[in-house]
Amino acid sequence: MANNKKKTARRETIEAAIIYPIDWLEERSGLIGGLRYFLFRKVPGDTNWFHTLGSATLTAFLVQLITGVILAMYYKPDPDKAYQSIRHITDDITLGWLVRGMHKWGASVFIILMFFHMARVFLFGAYKYPRELNWIIGVLLLALGMFEGFTGYLLPWDQTSYWATVVGININGTAPFLGPFIASILRGGAEIGPDTLSRFYSIHMLLLPGAIIGLITLHLYLVIRLGVSSPPWSKEAAGDDRPEPESTARPGLTRPGPRRGIAR
Amino acid sequence: MNPVGVNAGGESSHGPPPSLWPVGFAVGIVCILVGLIVSWPAVAVGAALTVIFGFLWIRDVSRGHASLPQAETEAQGPPEPAPALPAHKGAPAMPETTPAEAATFPRSKFLEGATLGLGAAIGAVVTVPAVGFALVPAFVDQGQPDIDLGPIDNFPQGEWVITHFHLRPAEGDVTRRVAYIRYNGLSDNKPSFTIISNRCAHLGCPVQPGGLIQPDKTKDQKTSGGQEISITPVVGLSSFTCPCHGGSYDSEGNRTAGPPVRGLDRWTYDIKNGNLVLVTNYSVSTVEGTGANAVINKYRLTGPGQHVDGPEQIFYPWQPPT
Repeated sequence: MANNKKKTARRETIEAAIIYPIDWLEERSGLIGGLRYFLFRKVPGDTNWFHTLGSATLTAFLVQLITGVILAMYYKPDPDKAYQSIRHITDDITLGWLVRGMHKWGASVFIILMFFHMARVFLFGAYKYPRELNWIIGVLLLALGMFEGFTGYLLPWDQTSYWATVVGININGTAPFLGPFIASILRGGAEIGPDTLSRFYSIHMLLLPGAIIGLITLHLYLVIRLGVSSPPWSKEAAGDDRPEPESTARPGLTRPGPRRGIAR
Repeated sequence: MNPVGVNAGGESSHGPPPSLWPVGFAVGIVCILVGLIVSWPAVAVGAALTVIFGFLWIRDVSRGHASLPQAETEAQGPPEPAPALPAHKGAPAMPETTPAEAATFPRSKFLEGATLGLGAAIGAVVTVPAVGFALVPAFVDQGQPDIDLGPIDNFPQGEWVITHFHLRPAEGDVTRRVAYIRYNGLSDNKPSFTIISNRCAHLGCPVQPGGLIQPDKTKDQKTSGGQEISITPVVGLSSFTCPCHGGSYDSEGNRTAGPPVRGLDRWTYDIKNGNLVLVTNYSVSTVEGTGANAVINKYRLTGPGQHVDGPEQIFYPWQPPT
């Protein structure tokens, strides 16, 4: 009995030692409460595995982010050295083949998961009021993700990537009115030159990731603010009961009735 | 329940009593860092100090932490845990101005406007040059130096050759380009050349010659301006074909089949000191006739896939026939 009590006291000591720094941080920043609010929010009881596709896409993006940062330590965006440096990463550097492979195949995984996630949101009707804005942000993320794929494809600087990029830029150039200007901006001139590769590299690893991180933050903010939607077959009513409309005017497409309950 | 939580925990019971252990802990860390540079035994001593004082510190802290509630239970009952305040609750950090105050002190309105305006001006001063630097160079300084292809003797009359050269030799192999060249003999006592770019008029892939390429007869030459050219004869050239999407052209560069929207681009040329010199390239809709007698419908150089004639040309920058 005495032994048992002693154990409990030690346990209390250890717990206190763990909790103290957490309390310290929480008291000064409120970050722990924020993290708990983010991680332990309420979701509908009948969510299922399809609801994890968004997190899976985020994970794929984080893999691209981390492997890309490390690849940038070895890659040289110079027309005379780019191909050699890719060969060096793949053939010589320890685990280079693995990290480059993760980045290369992970790019496809990221794009595919974006489409799966989009299909889930569409088929579940999760893009409807009040989540339309999050659908629009998602479409922007899809476009930026594909632009990442386009700019990243040039970087190995072999025959396939060079001519695929020539064709890709010229397809942009055939767009009506603005096309020729877009093509010139992408090339950095009238012809593909020494600056085109570093231009694509900068867009690929600085401009687009920054924009994507910003939009993902907005995307997640709206998910947290609006909550997760139930599947369409859910028997639970989403949100609160709808209050009676105060005005007698007929609600229509341009004037939806009040639906305060959903957006909590 | 205290709504704002200012006094939660109270001023007096705010953490453990002062202790000297952190000092020992810090000494240990310093010892490790110095030891990493100086000697391994010093690292070991530092590590030992760090572990010992770290343990004592943690024990002290957790004991003080654990004993606090009990002491307070007798004195004033269990303390309310301080809830984390969401940002939108509690009092604002700065008192808000009421409309009456704003009317009394228009200076605050002025300062608001000045801050926003100055911020916008500073933002513009930074952004405009940066965006200009990113975009404008793509549209200026697009010419290239004259491209010296060596003496006219390089080009036998009536035969096609594949010619490699550099648009800007100083910028390296990334500016390497190809033209198909045929010497048409003298016309009005001037040498006449047909010089066709290998850039497909569909999406810019390199068109290939339909004829027998003779790589063993390739001539490499260094000419003026740092050019390193190479010339390979082609026997019996009758067409050009693009490997990417199957665009086909006849030997004058007219489209015969496939997706291209016009003929192959060509080069203007000059004869300087007996050498053939490429000057500029231009786009072509169609060519009537062949060789020196060909009538070429010329346009300013445009990108592949862009129409220069027909109704579709309204979608692209206007191209006056030249």
